[in-house]
Amino acid sequence: MSREQVFADVRRALAARKGQAPRTPEAPYAIAAMDASERLARFLTRAVQHACSVERLDAIAQVPAAVQAYLEAHALPLQIASARPLAALDWPSVITRDTGAAVMQTRTAVSLAAAGIAESGTLAMCSGPDSPITHNFVPEYHIVVLREADIVAAQEDVWQRLRAGGAMPRAVNLIAGPSRTGDVEQTIQIGAHGPRAVHILLVGS
Amino acid sequence: MSAPGGSFESRAALALKDPSLQKALGNFKPLFVAKRASAIAELPDFEALRERAAQIKNAVLGELDVWLERYASAVEAAGGKVHFASDAAEAREIILGICRDANAKTICKGKSMVSEEIALNPALEAEGYEVVETDLGEYIIQLAQEAPSHIIAPAIHKTREQVADLFEAHHPGRPREESVAGLVNEARHVLRDKFFEADVGITGGNFLIAETGSSVIVTNEGNGDLSQTLARVHIVTSGIERVLPTLDDLSVFLRILARSATGQDTECYTTISTGPRRAGDPDGPQEYHVVLVDNGRSKMLGGKFHDMLRCIRCGACMNHCPVYSAIGGHAYGWVYPGPMGAILTPLFNGMAEHYDLPNACTLNGRCQSVCPVKIPLTELIRTLRSEQVKAGLMPARQRTLLAAWGWVARHPDLYHALERFGTRLLRARAGRAGRIKSLPGAGAWTQVRDLPAPQGDTFIEQWQAQRGKS
Repeated sequence: MSREQVFADVRRALAARKGQAPRTPEAPYAIAAMDASERLARFLTRAVQHACSVERLDAIAQVPAAVQAYLEAHALPLQIASARPLAALDWPSVITRDTGAAVMQTRTAVSLAAAGIAESGTLAMCSGPDSPITHNFVPEYHIVVLREADIVAAQEDVWQRLRAGGAMPRAVNLIAGPSRTGDVEQTIQIGAHGPRAVHILLVGS
Repeated sequence: MSAPGGSFESRAALALKDPSLQKALGNFKPLFVAKRASAIAELPDFEALRERAAQIKNAVLGELDVWLERYASAVEAAGGKVHFASDAAEAREIILGICRDANAKTICKGKSMVSEEIALNPALEAEGYEVVETDLGEYIIQLAQEAPSHIIAPAIHKTREQVADLFEAHHPGRPREESVAGLVNEARHVLRDKFFEADVGITGGNFLIAETGSSVIVTNEGNGDLSQTLARVHIVTSGIERVLPTLDDLSVFLRILARSATGQDTECYTTISTGPRRAGDPDGPQEYHVVLVDNGRSKMLGGKFHDMLRCIRCGACMNHCPVYSAIGGHAYGWVYPGPMGAILTPLFNGMAEHYDLPNACTLNGRCQSVCPVKIPLTELIRTLRSEQVKAGLMPARQRTLLAAWGWVARHPDLYHALERFGTRLLRARAGRAGRIKSLPGAGAWTQVRDLPAPQGDTFIEQWQAQRGKS
């Protein structure tokens, strides 16, 4: 009933505006074209500006060793919540992996980014059975694996990839660094409710 | 969550004399203005983006029924449910119904101005739900039992010491924290349990995407995401004007929103949610509801205040408003302060009840010069004033004085004589300093500043002298 009411009110209001046809938006806003090395450079600059740390790897097989070193350097338990494709890598037996949703005790998650956006230095994460949403928000330390080849120029390139892939993921999380707040005296404080650190493992091609 | 009582005038007078509010306002203003300016400057063409954003909004508003239908069908195709509410009471009833059906006890909330607009928290609390605001600023004012004083930074009026006092009083058994880092960490620990306990998560919806049936939230803290992901039921509250056609349109708005709001190039988290948890998903809510609120918006559609519906609630207008930065948000008396509130509050809640709001504006135009969707705010404020006059709402004293001025202005000889007399009188009163320290009938002005005395001859005298020369 409210639905009909709201639509009736909207249509009555619009009828009064008849003849003032809305202007059709012009060509979409486009950012300047970037080649692969420009995309990489811009992504790195922006990601670091957003307080991400970045470590470059040559191959995805190096991820487990890099994660182990990170956990040890930060004195973290050798337990991770992990995206399923990454959990299948060859891990040292001391590190336990859980591919389910993050729980209160989860301190570190290792995720696989769907894309990196050069324009804003943002990670694009797509949820699904292999990549829980909670891994992005619950842990204190978020390690994100990003393939260099997945760095695109702009958000619009990510949308194009999603359309090509068919269904829209349940959640698309664009992440620009660790969580923060300016709510106490406008002083930016890193580590609000989400991760206190975002560490990107950038895997070259 | 009460807004302060009294008239605008009395609230503004109190605000001007409140030392901690003045300290807080002094901290905030230079920061927001400078950060926005540098975030805008690094864009190749902000003007083109503004223009495009305004065009997209105009196009959607012109066919709002079509886009709402497409959006609702897409949400339903993704397994979500869309509810429409004509007014605040209906919106509250719908949300209460969802919470009852979910057998909820604890409700976590991300920041939502629509939920403030429909006064949701008192309604939920009256039915016995534990309602937890999880945005740090909203959490602080929830503890203080106050309304937000800024739409982006709700607790902007609180100093660090006041936050420390509130936390000490409400978090028994914890040592008093004084530093920003300590206070943020304390809130993180206290709210963590609530996120995991919550049965229902309520968030706003900055944008709604017709192409995919998605709702979009933009945050820095990650609180909205924890609220909507860990609860069994996610409820999105948004206004009917928030729909956008496509994800590409969304990108236009994401480029301007953070820059205009906080001066960041992007917020930390932008989340696009589509429907409830799917088969095989390890997390996410089991139910996904969108409550779309009209509450006066369709009355603005197609009318004199149509342009205001483009508003994306970034807060740039209040950050650049000299009146807002002198008196803060509470003086405006409702959830939307600053220039946006000066327009929305009288439209939603009555022009007579909020007569002062559009009149407490210098029409300096800074708000509209920074508005990312090019809303002609000063023009709308002027239109509101003229509507108020047409409705006979202007106070008698003001009406009489204006009528007298109008009569004199139609008699040029008298007008010029009075002008010559007046300028000389003012100059005599000012004395050698050239400044008037007090003036009968203008005490409110001279109480806080001097009135500069007129210099030299009147304009007409000079005009006539110049003409004589050439």
